[in-house]
Amino acid sequence: MNDRLKTLSRGIIDVSPLMIPVVPFGIIYGVIGMELGLSAYMTFGMSIIIFGGASQIVLLQLFSGGASSLVTITSVGAVNSRHLLYGAVFSEYLSHLKLTWKIILSYVLIDQAFAVSNTYFKKNKNNTFKHYHLLGAGFTCWTIWQISTILGIVLGSVVPEELGLSFTISLTFVALLINDFRKFKNIIVMLVSGIVATIGYNTIPFQAYIIVAAIAALLVATLLTLITLKKN
Amino acid sequence: MHWSTIIYCGIITYLTRFSTIFLLKEDILNDKTKKILSYVPSAIFPAIIFPPIFLDSAGSLDIDNNPKILAALFAIIIGFFSRSIIATIFAGLISYWFLIFVYYQ
Repeated sequence: MNDRLKTLSRGIIDVSPLMIPVVPFGIIYGVIGMELGLSAYMTFGMSIIIFGGASQIVLLQLFSGGASSLVTITSVGAVNSRHLLYGAVFSEYLSHLKLTWKIILSYVLIDQAFAVSNTYFKKNKNNTFKHYHLLGAGFTCWTIWQISTILGIVLGSVVPEELGLSFTISLTFVALLINDFRKFKNIIVMLVSGIVATIGYNTIPFQAYIIVAAIAALLVATLLTLITLKKN
Repeated sequence: MHWSTIIYCGIITYLTRFSTIFLLKEDILNDKTKKILSYVPSAIFPAIIFPPIFLDSAGSLDIDNNPKILAALFAIIIGFFSRSIIATIFAGLISYWFLIFVYYQ
């Protein structure tokens, strides 16, 4: 087996365990999209065009609350700002690649692919074809996400509303934070964000509560970072 | 929902992924910026989590006998100890179903 294929399949294998929670997440997304009355094409189209679970669910939540396009797009941008970090970390490994590669790899640079390829890149700096790892991991995520979205769309017409599946939106985001529950400073940032959003839900116009809460919480995060850096 | 909103959201999502890979020739974000960016999930996700849990459909605070608060707390406890995404989601959902279909009936 040549090195390209070997690295590609390593990426597929490495990311596979992380696909287990992606399946229910994709199904939930599809079900909720249908429950909110979007067409099957639109629900599926979002998975192709946006390809980001958190962004798509935020989009649905703001849509159901009647937010304007501008607020929706800004909120999605805020949710995605964490990707700036991923790109910044990967630029060290990928900056030598041709533009075409950068264009393709950017499309699949999502949380799960970042997590496994970052580990691989650190250990295999000298592999000339290491970007194939991200390609394999990324497109595995992509395939699983599209299949589970379709499953959700199909199930959306069958699942009764009494089950309260919209609550799983909150649960999914709780689950995405589990690695930060042990960090005291993160807990403070989380509480600021949550409390500002809850108070602001009715008082901040245009459903801009997510953006306002995120800015307030990031200011607190910046303060905490500066205080810690001074101490050291 | 308009297709244009979806397309704009797609473009902005893509640009956040592409911009730093494309623009940075080497690692130019300093450690302080990276540290602050690492707080982004903690700063944004609770803003999405809290309002639907603590507010009722009319938008007023709903704290007494609210099954969502109890189920979310249970999910957090399970998540804290298991560090498993799937266990966290299912713990929250199953305890929520238990509360609404059995306990509060």
